[in-house]
Amino acid sequence: MNLLWIAFSIIGAIVGLLLSAKAVDQGMMIHGMTFAIASVIAAYALISQHYNSRPAVVDQSGGPDYNLAIVKYGVIASMFWGVVGFLVGVVIAFQLSFPVLNLDLPWTTFGRLRPLHTSAVIFAFGGNVLLATSFHVVQRTCRTRLAGTFSPWFVFWGYQLFIVLAASGYVLGITQGKEYAEPEWYVDIWLTLVWVVYLMVFLATLWKRQEKHIYVANWFYLAFIITVAMLHVVNALAIPVSLTGVKSYSLFAGVQSALTQWWYGHNAVGFFLTAGFLGIMYYFIPKRVNRPVYSYRLSIIHFWALIFLYIWAGPHHLHYTALPDWSQTLGMTFSIMLWMPSWGGMINGLMTLSGAWDKLRTDPVVRFLVTSVAFYGMSTFEGPLMSIKEVNALSHYTDWTIGHVHSGALGWVAYISFGALYFLAPVVWKRKSLYSDKLVSWHFWISTIGILLYITAMWVSGIMQGLMWRAYDAFGFLEYSFSETVEAMHPFYVIRALGGVLFLIGSLIMVYNLWRTAKGDVRSEEKDELILNPEVAVAR
Amino acid sequence: MDITFQDASYFAQTWGLLYLFGLFMIVLVYALWPRNKKKFDAAAQIPLEEKD
Repeated sequence: MNLLWIAFSIIGAIVGLLLSAKAVDQGMMIHGMTFAIASVIAAYALISQHYNSRPAVVDQSGGPDYNLAIVKYGVIASMFWGVVGFLVGVVIAFQLSFPVLNLDLPWTTFGRLRPLHTSAVIFAFGGNVLLATSFHVVQRTCRTRLAGTFSPWFVFWGYQLFIVLAASGYVLGITQGKEYAEPEWYVDIWLTLVWVVYLMVFLATLWKRQEKHIYVANWFYLAFIITVAMLHVVNALAIPVSLTGVKSYSLFAGVQSALTQWWYGHNAVGFFLTAGFLGIMYYFIPKRVNRPVYSYRLSIIHFWALIFLYIWAGPHHLHYTALPDWSQTLGMTFSIMLWMPSWGGMINGLMTLSGAWDKLRTDPVVRFLVTSVAFYGMSTFEGPLMSIKEVNALSHYTDWTIGHVHSGALGWVAYISFGALYFLAPVVWKRKSLYSDKLVSWHFWISTIGILLYITAMWVSGIMQGLMWRAYDAFGFLEYSFSETVEAMHPFYVIRALGGVLFLIGSLIMVYNLWRTAKGDVRSEEKDELILNPEVAVAR
Repeated sequence: MDITFQDASYFAQTWGLLYLFGLFMIVLVYALWPRNKKKFDAAAQIPLEEKD
């Protein structure tokens, strides 16, 4: 098997070199070289590992020999990309407030940095959290080691390479122009390869499970992996202009293209940012509060209702466009129906704490997890509301949408991720506790104030913007010019940027705390009152 | 044979509705079937039963 992977790496290096040498544009030259370098590093790592193979460590406890290393790498990558993504978010927030910060350079303009921010937080931070937690959860709940020796590592490093290619492409101006699907055709093909191996690793681990029932968290992860594969492949269908150039043209045009894009886009929210992170909720909340999920039956209904409804909700992004009216209404109807499974899931997550609500006060990690579920409930209430055509007429294209997205992304996705990372670090590094619980509390409050500043500023500025756009004077003329709305929004842009700064500071506190945790340090002032890692507590 | 807007709309509003509602009923019956309760209660304990 090792030889096969070495052969793949060498082929990858040759392909990369050829693409770079024959490139018709600068982008492919740089990306071909990046790919070649990554392949050479992979080949070097595989070959040196082949000659340095240490004797296998025999697990004394008799339990399954879980693959902890891949989860550790996933935790580190999540923290790294999280900080990068939040930082770029802060930069573009200040660019909107003070346009001079675009620096008049093509590489640093808002238009190029904005996809860098969205991809870094969704796919790099969120994606790595999903990789790490899914690999952890599937091993634990199936009581078996993760399938494959090299393939999980191919998934991990291949995904990092995808991020590097996508991100550097945006800065260089390489884009398909599809929101949340900006990478060009060759990066799309690479991601498809990585994703298929990810699916195989996940399925093979489920296949050799030692537990009869497949725990519900795995259902959510599986739905996330399969659906994202389907969405990505269909939406990315394109014909490259040249096999050695970056530019391609989509197979879809006009309203079909728009519908496909938002079928993709909304389900990226539904399956990447919702189903995947619900998998986290269904494992990490019961684990942290040491109670089974409130209702396993509800979780089954939640799962099937959510995945069958979400897939139809995309057209609500295209209200009052060339899309047939009937399809718009369909999208709206399904979005409203999503209230039910979303709130069913929220209730299931929150009620898992029943009888253990005191933990909300005593355990700051539980505070992160529970607040995230509350934000999930709030943003899945707001989302269907905004999908109603009459509301959408006011909210669409305004900052209200940005506020809505961030209450979901910061409040739900990032908070459940922070909770999971705080839980995982002591478990995979086998530490008794975190370095400090107080720092978790500081992280929580600083970033919560940040979120509140962010979303309230965006609500006010968005609704104001929408109302100003539609204001008429007595003669039927528009009351405000576009630039007047921009001017009126300036204070809210500044508040939003400050909220982002607080959120970034919080994440840096987390990085410091988890780094000290991994090193095995314990903050001496808190030595006796730290909450024990449940696995160590059980072993005693 | 071209599919018209009318056809698509008719199909969605009849068979589409029945299909999704049928699926939902199957899920509901499966989840709430009394005999399955023990299985689900055991499944809910899976994350908590781990030993290292």
